[in-house]
Amino acid sequence: MRIAGKGLIDRTDAVQFSFDGRMFQGYRGDTLASALLANGQHLVGRSFKYHRPRGILTSGSEEPNALVTVGRGGRQSPNVRATVQEIHDGLEARSQNRWPSLNFDVMAVNDLASPFLGAGFYYKTFMYPRAFWEKLYEPVIRRAAGLGALSGANNTDRYDRAFAFCDLLVIGAGPTGLMAALTAARAGADVILADEDFRMGGRLLAETDQIDGQPAHDWARDILEELAEMDNVRLMPRTNVFGAYDQGTYGALERLEHHTATRRAGAPVECYWRIVARQAVLAAGSIERPIAFRNNDRPGIMTAGAVRSYLNRWGVAPGKRVAVFSNNDDGLRTARDLVAAGVHVSALIDSRHDAPDLPAELRGLRYVKGAKVCDSGGRLRVDRVTYRSVSGEDSVQADCLAMAGGWNPTVHLTCHMNGRPVWNEDIQSFVPAQGAVPGLHPAGACNGVFSTLACLRDGQRAAIDALGAIGITATAGDLPRAEDAPYRITPLWAVPGKGRAWLDFQNDVTVKDVKQAATENFRSVEHMKRYTTQGMATDQGKNSNVAALAVLADVTGRGIPETGTTTFRPPFSPVSIAALGGPGQGKGFAPQRFTTSHKASVEASAPMIEAGLWYRPSYFPAPGETTWRQSCDREVGMVRNTVGVCDVSTLGKIDIQGKDAGAFLDFVYTNTFSTLKVGRVRYGLMLREDGFVMDDGTTARLGETHYVMTTTTAAAGEVMRHLEFARQALLPDMDVTLMSVTEQWAQFAIAGPKSRALLDDLLDDPLAEGDWPFMACGPVTVSGVQGRLFRISFSGEHAYELAVPARYGDSLFRALVDQAKALGGGAYGMEALNVLRIEKGFITHAEIHGRITADDLGMGGMVSQKKDCIGKTMSERPGLSGPSREQLVGLRPVGEVKQLTAGAHLFEPEAEATRENDQGYVTSVCYSPTLGTMLGMGFLKNGIARIGEKVRMVDHLRDVEAICEVTHPVVFDPEGGRVRG
Amino acid sequence: MRFSGLRVLKEGLTGNKGWGPHWRDPEPKAEYDIVIIGGGGHGLSTAYYLAREHGLKNIAVLEKGYIGGGNVGRNTTIVRANYFLPGNSEFYSHSLKLWEGLEEDLNYNVMHSQRGLINLFHSDGQRDAFARRGNAMINQGDDAILLSREGVRKHLPYLDFDNVRFPIYGGLYHPRGGTARHDAVAWGYARGASDRGVDIIQNCEVTGIDREGGRVTGVQTSRGGIRAKKVAIVVAGRSGQVAAMAGMRLPIESHVLQAFVTEGLKPVIDHVISFGMGHFYISQSDKGGLVFGGDLDMYASYAQRGNLPLVEHVMEAGMTLMPMIGKARVLRSWGGIMDMTPDGSPIIDKTDIDGLYIDCGWCYGGFKAVPASGNCFAHLVATDRPHPAAERFRLDRFRTGNGLMDEEGTGSQHNLH
Amino acid sequence: MRLTCPICGERDRREFYYKGDAVAEHRPDPDAGEAAWDDYVHLRDNPAGVTRDLWYHEMGCNAWVVVTRNTLTHEVIETRLATGGGA
Repeated sequence: MRIAGKGLIDRTDAVQFSFDGRMFQGYRGDTLASALLANGQHLVGRSFKYHRPRGILTSGSEEPNALVTVGRGGRQSPNVRATVQEIHDGLEARSQNRWPSLNFDVMAVNDLASPFLGAGFYYKTFMYPRAFWEKLYEPVIRRAAGLGALSGANNTDRYDRAFAFCDLLVIGAGPTGLMAALTAARAGADVILADEDFRMGGRLLAETDQIDGQPAHDWARDILEELAEMDNVRLMPRTNVFGAYDQGTYGALERLEHHTATRRAGAPVECYWRIVARQAVLAAGSIERPIAFRNNDRPGIMTAGAVRSYLNRWGVAPGKRVAVFSNNDDGLRTARDLVAAGVHVSALIDSRHDAPDLPAELRGLRYVKGAKVCDSGGRLRVDRVTYRSVSGEDSVQADCLAMAGGWNPTVHLTCHMNGRPVWNEDIQSFVPAQGAVPGLHPAGACNGVFSTLACLRDGQRAAIDALGAIGITATAGDLPRAEDAPYRITPLWAVPGKGRAWLDFQNDVTVKDVKQAATENFRSVEHMKRYTTQGMATDQGKNSNVAALAVLADVTGRGIPETGTTTFRPPFSPVSIAALGGPGQGKGFAPQRFTTSHKASVEASAPMIEAGLWYRPSYFPAPGETTWRQSCDREVGMVRNTVGVCDVSTLGKIDIQGKDAGAFLDFVYTNTFSTLKVGRVRYGLMLREDGFVMDDGTTARLGETHYVMTTTTAAAGEVMRHLEFARQALLPDMDVTLMSVTEQWAQFAIAGPKSRALLDDLLDDPLAEGDWPFMACGPVTVSGVQGRLFRISFSGEHAYELAVPARYGDSLFRALVDQAKALGGGAYGMEALNVLRIEKGFITHAEIHGRITADDLGMGGMVSQKKDCIGKTMSERPGLSGPSREQLVGLRPVGEVKQLTAGAHLFEPEAEATRENDQGYVTSVCYSPTLGTMLGMGFLKNGIARIGEKVRMVDHLRDVEAICEVTHPVVFDPEGGRVRG
Repeated sequence: MRFSGLRVLKEGLTGNKGWGPHWRDPEPKAEYDIVIIGGGGHGLSTAYYLAREHGLKNIAVLEKGYIGGGNVGRNTTIVRANYFLPGNSEFYSHSLKLWEGLEEDLNYNVMHSQRGLINLFHSDGQRDAFARRGNAMINQGDDAILLSREGVRKHLPYLDFDNVRFPIYGGLYHPRGGTARHDAVAWGYARGASDRGVDIIQNCEVTGIDREGGRVTGVQTSRGGIRAKKVAIVVAGRSGQVAAMAGMRLPIESHVLQAFVTEGLKPVIDHVISFGMGHFYISQSDKGGLVFGGDLDMYASYAQRGNLPLVEHVMEAGMTLMPMIGKARVLRSWGGIMDMTPDGSPIIDKTDIDGLYIDCGWCYGGFKAVPASGNCFAHLVATDRPHPAAERFRLDRFRTGNGLMDEEGTGSQHNLH
Repeated sequence: MRLTCPICGERDRREFYYKGDAVAEHRPDPDAGEAAWDDYVHLRDNPAGVTRDLWYHEMGCNAWVVVTRNTLTHEVIETRLATGGGA
């Protein structure tokens, strides 16, 4: 229930929200957790394994119990921490992992079976009979497991991402972070101050302390106002700095639209930041730990810090009769705040015999020193706690128990680079290792410093240190007056006794489980974690790790430092997949590259298909054509009989200039280019240094010191890197420069017997008779535009490629297609291009798939013996050539079955289709309208020697078997008369 | 002690007091017949099969930390036999068969779940390449089904079929593919080996390999010298350092591979799915977390952690392929050390030093190989002859070019496999 | 992760392509023999500690950069242009 006049909520702004279908009211400034508690709703979830009733344990993002589902459909978010979710009008939250209802959950029967469901029970059973695992056991386990559910609908929210740079990133805006940010900002540094909470101030918002004589939260407000006024400061509330990465990079997630009833149209709900900080201060505070005792998991049992947060920040009394259980001075502090707010404290139970005496204002309180809570009662909410002292057991009524087990510094980010935190005996917890993350300075509570004054001082110190490391001088101003109480704690991890005492609330890991794991030799802390699942829940052990490890240390007879810790890894608080990868949804996954003819192709109804990042036309349907084969066959015929036009701009084009350009090419190609005449083109084969074929293509010599290379579309980037490597790292003394010009030139193939006629009409000057033999190249002009013409062919026909600066590509393509149509031809697409090249035995990356040598392709002779080249030496390894390898051949069906399929394997006609008998495989197939048959290309063991023989093609997957004749790869016009004619 | 449902019941009724250690923690002896360096999945399974199949007893497994602390405990748990090159085909086929009997064999529930694996393809060219793969799998005697786009839709209706950057053309379905509970595999083998007399010695770091006249004689460790007739190195992520103790240089470059798990969710993904246009693979664990990963970070590293660019790439792949997982929250990310070889395939071989054997170079495919790697390595160590299913995993194949198994076709740049 | 390109200055790792060990700069003579080539193409020191490797500033100036780095900590110690077997 709400306490009048208390809390930092806006009571003039009431908010209506629902939980499990019931309407509730809260106020602006409430989290879902504070608003539910204000309405007396403690029961909010069920545990993972035993489906025990669960209440709100904490008031922060570490909350293990109060996980709810928010929203529906494409916006449904499971496992939302009620302690973080701000309420807004229309917020719809639902409890999880229960059926049929939160109050009555059938799966709670597991709790009765708990003796059989202890740590690792599933490794010992469900094995027999074997088939039952997938069919019975596992489906049951899977349905029982899990917490919230995805809706199954595609995400409909937008997520943004950004980079930020700063001198100093301050993580956490409690007293330490505020002081660090202020110190740095006043020194003129660029500062980012980020905090998970929607309201900055950290524990200053949750305690009743004073700073400089005013309430601490007012002091925080003043500092924030000063910071907000400064141009060199960026305040980032609602920002989870989730990971520390190399060279000062931090991953951070800013929540933008989760707290508003009316989301701005199109606005991203979250922004994922990559913050590059020259230095950083970690002021992440600390997390209070529960104490393990029998039935310590009932709703209403909370950490004492959370009780004070709800009381002081949200004006909520979490119970009518609150008991407090403590092993440090926070018990007194909690009781004092409760009493001051008029809440009845039924008992203060302090495990320390030497606990301090009651202050005057608490006189009359039941205060038991040297006692331990050993049990709780109640069903859906705690109603009683039992404690044991030297004088025996006693019980008090309590509908809320505040546990103050001590504080664990939030060291998580300092572990992200494998830093191992160090045990600190004074605070009975781990503190960050020095220099665990380069440039990250832990300060304040996360550094094991707990009083407000000490935090302020440490924040100031850390900022000065951090800025000093980058040459910025900051000065230590006067510190404000603040609380400076010592931290007095006597360790208490688990109260001895019978029954189950919870360590990991969500995963239902008890003290017994840890002990049993140790008995079964899971004594390493990593083994214990993995065997019991302690620390593997959504809080990643934030609430349970230190206590579990203390229990393990105790049972194995080792000290805590010797037992060691498991590792915290990113993210600090879980981050959604959409937040990190949302921009990849749909088409955003990879860039889209469009050729200059894209628009004209789409206008011609050509289906555009992906070719790497590019889009290329599959075929150009003519009126009346209903299948791709009809269009493809027509386009092939067009090229063979009249003329076809095809955009080949996607091929990589690399401009190579310099005195040594020829010698450079000799080194990167297997064959020789320095002897190529100006105005001529040569086909080249390029190897990787390991001797396998990397790529092929043509290179033209445009001038004495000027070549232009084409690569395949697929390998353009790889070849460019490769050439630059050869130039810079292997041949640094050569006078040669390289430039990718792929996007600068639009290039079109004009192929077919009438290609020359087309060009004569189109070019400003007709091609001079005799000047343009096969493999010639040179400058031409088209409507006054300087272009380049290459007489090269990927179809086996008399053909050219015409290149113009890309800005003329669209109009040239349209003009070419119009001209071709006038001559009885037209545009052709990838399908026809593929048929044309298979008919001619030309290879693509279907054949040069990275495991193929020049010898395999029948191109061994292209590796010049007169010079060195990349890959030459390794290509001479014994395993890279010869008849034991599979060699490129053509295939033609000659049996009853006339179908060929790519991906089928080849066998002797009578051999069984097994791995042992495997002779090769089919790489490319097509129906050749020119020859009236299907044709294939493939690799066959000792293939060249087997031309004329028969093999059996077997495709188990498509259920096709065909007897094929092995042919030379070039089946159409093998003499090449057409290309030269 | 034999594990069974009955036993769990009985112990539950009697206060679970009867459970004992899953494996013994003995002090190291002065001498063993065989010392296995490395208490990961592969080392433990090697020990197990040496004891079970070759009747050898006097064996020690030396582990510098805790057993199962390397890649067997930090992978995405996928088990499959879908390779297509000779050498790999028969080996992973052998491994999958061992998986299929592993629970009974070990009397330990490693939760091997044959949920089915679907490799998606996104172009005609990829379909052809996957068809070649699928046919090779069937030639080997394993299972493969080529799914059309509609076939994929039947299994995985939640993929984005309409708006995705690279349309789904179909998939290669491997019904026997699946997952297993990774840690349990290490523990199960440890228990099986320990029960058969193998000494598993944790917190025992090997610091030197002793040799005399071209023959191995033992090892130096953080717990003293141990003599051995044979020494078997199986230390993924540290192969180069340990081999260097014997003066060897390996064809390995070590890289970081990140993986991710989300918070627990009710069942939503039943299969193992891999994307064809960028590395991304995902399954859902029995506990409910989506377990997924992608490509290497692409720089040599022993840090067991990665950086954000790869994180983003993996998440983007997930979002383009199946945007219904968007609201699942990543709970934890981690990295493993991948020993990348020049052809992406492993090495199980003798070395030039008598009595010294090495099993390494598993790139990022080591988890599914755990049973067969141990089985074949044990065969080699025990008999000095390669197991028929692993006879192509030769160390000298790079030098000679004979029998390279470059499934990716990316050549000798280690990180590209 | 961030690297300093000797030409462009400090840049994000996203701008770079990674090749591998800087041994690639030291290409043997064609007739250096089988062992030398095996060493060059396949075998690696693969240190857990300081290493030198080759990165390509592909989204920047196209420079190949030799980076001296620690593989255990990811600390970047030094960068220089690849110049063909420089020290």
